[in-house]
Amino acid sequence: MEIGTRKILDRSFSSVGMFAIVLMAVSLVILLQPVIIRGFGAFAFRGTVEFREMMLDRFGRGDENGIRKETAEAELARRPVYELVEVFESELMDADPDFKTKYRSEFRDLKVRLEELLGPRVRDSDKALPRKCYGQTRWDRAGKKLHDVLYIESYDYSDPSKMGTRIFSPRADYFKGTSLEPLFDILERDIEGMMKPRPTLYWRFFFDESIDSHFFGGIWPEMLGTFYLSLGAMLFAIPFGIITAIYLAEYSGTGRFVSLLRTCISSLAGVPSIVFGLFGLAFFINTVHVSDSKSVLAGSLTLALLILPTIIRASEEAIIAVPRGYKEASMSVGASKWHTIIAVILPAAMPGILTSMIISLGRAAGETAPIIFTAAVSVGKPLGLLQVFNQPTPALPWNIYNLATEHEAVDEIRHIQYGMVFTLVLMVLMLNLAAILIRARITKRLRG
Amino acid sequence: MVEFPGKKDLLTAENFSVFYGSNEAVRRVSLDIPEGLVTSIIGPSGCGKSTFLRAVNRMNDLIPRCRAEGALRLDGQDLYEQGVDVVMLRKTVGMVFQKPNPFPKSIFDNISFGPRIHGLRDRSKLAAVVEKSLRQAALWDEVKDRLGDNALGLSGGQQQRLCIARAIAVKPKILLMDEPASALDPASTSRIEDLIAELRGKYTILIVTHNMQQAARVSDLTAFFYEGNLIEFDETSRIFTKPREKRTEDYITGRFG
Repeated sequence: MEIGTRKILDRSFSSVGMFAIVLMAVSLVILLQPVIIRGFGAFAFRGTVEFREMMLDRFGRGDENGIRKETAEAELARRPVYELVEVFESELMDADPDFKTKYRSEFRDLKVRLEELLGPRVRDSDKALPRKCYGQTRWDRAGKKLHDVLYIESYDYSDPSKMGTRIFSPRADYFKGTSLEPLFDILERDIEGMMKPRPTLYWRFFFDESIDSHFFGGIWPEMLGTFYLSLGAMLFAIPFGIITAIYLAEYSGTGRFVSLLRTCISSLAGVPSIVFGLFGLAFFINTVHVSDSKSVLAGSLTLALLILPTIIRASEEAIIAVPRGYKEASMSVGASKWHTIIAVILPAAMPGILTSMIISLGRAAGETAPIIFTAAVSVGKPLGLLQVFNQPTPALPWNIYNLATEHEAVDEIRHIQYGMVFTLVLMVLMLNLAAILIRARITKRLRG
Repeated sequence: MVEFPGKKDLLTAENFSVFYGSNEAVRRVSLDIPEGLVTSIIGPSGCGKSTFLRAVNRMNDLIPRCRAEGALRLDGQDLYEQGVDVVMLRKTVGMVFQKPNPFPKSIFDNISFGPRIHGLRDRSKLAAVVEKSLRQAALWDEVKDRLGDNALGLSGGQQQRLCIARAIAVKPKILLMDEPASALDPASTSRIEDLIAELRGKYTILIVTHNMQQAARVSDLTAFFYEGNLIEFDETSRIFTKPREKRTEDYITGRFG
């Protein structure tokens, strides 16, 4: 080959490589940036007076006198709104039928919207769902709800060739000429006084239980559940995986049965995770009865099966890659095979084995499908160590999915969902970081 | 067959053969290796000299489809008899390999590895064994201040002496060396050769080498292997001056090999 052609080939290969790396870095940034920014929003936000009132009622946190005073001030700011509503209500009662027909349903709608924004006027924290007891706790959500109060949402279907287009028309226009008209201006002008937003760092988000299925509170049960599940999976998968890898690398030889076994293990790594989930349900719960129903134990076992092939194959490669000289040296001073494996081969293979663990740990922590049928529930208390044997648990990946799709108020609590994604990413990154540091230490010790 | 008066035979081979599958790598070899001397085995590549050496501590067992026939006795004990404890055998037969292969552990742990697996736990006794072995391997002065350092940080020649120290730490009856200097530079090689001269008398040494000058320098006796057969076995001085066999003469004068 011409030297010029060779150079061009070399350069194009390296530039394609560089391009791939840059592309990956950019997509990672694009992917992680909203996760981080909006994830922060879950615990660093502008909290309203409603938030502080909720924290006081539900968690007993905050300066009670200060909050009561603040609530009273907010109440004062809200009074004109409530008065206008009362006046209009009595007007409506005595009005003629035409007036009633025009305004009755729109007024009812307005009252619902107002209550969503400001909370019920008469507070009764014992009876209704907690979410019905308070107005908007976050200033960003309050802005959205204010918009709902100020504008009527409708759809325009006049052009049949198009999907309906959304139209916002000011509610003030609808109520023009009635006693309610000034309400909208007052609301828009005084909303800060009514809500009293203040920068809030709710760091206990990570350590609180959730209230009213994630409407308020934190994600501690989910974090703990993820922790239990992935650690439990590692607990089962690592010993079995390493022992199997040792067997395959050092004892099995190269029989037909063994190569079949290897093929099976490799194929197992490619089985879709939902299949593992169904298998876990059918085998661990319905057949072996490790627990009566979903439990952390069953979930851990299922996840362990899922990551076992990765651990086996990677550990086997690591063991095979140990220089033959180590083994010979050990045998030549009279070490038994078993002792050679334990004292010489495994320590030398440890960086590779740890790599396999890192990969599988991240996978176990993030998998959703295997735990749907075996371990995960949407809402739960944080589990104690002994409860893992028979209790299901919430877990981050499942609850992210759940909040994104199945929760009855998906739109209201997006921030919690982002907080969970952020936490899951952070947890996996931190677990990986720890493993990488340990591996670096071992590698350094091995290299001298 | 020559006799060496006053020396007891430590290793005796009698019609000893080693097969790789159906290939006979060592063919019905008979020789007696006396105690306390340095014996070298020379011969061209593929002549079976390494195979013979590795048969002595049954390292060949690690190779699938490898088997031995005939008798190979160490101190009267047939090594290939049924029921021989290979682990104990390897304790009595030390081995140094072609490429230095210290464990990726500290210098101390490398030397104490053998004694420790044979049951020596006492830290001060271990330290004594380590010092003695390193002194015998002429490495003590160079490493005494950094016994905790990783052995892979040593130079190639130091690593090989460390491997010798590791082998003699378990007090073997016989020390096998498989081309111990072939991967080293000339200065390190001459240190290894000096070391072999020092160890002479304390240990019975069986050394395989490609380098005929080395065999002439370090050994008392020399065996010449060719195509799996033992061609000639005699005092080194005799092999290199008045060999009885034509093939030996051809090999040492460089006509083949």
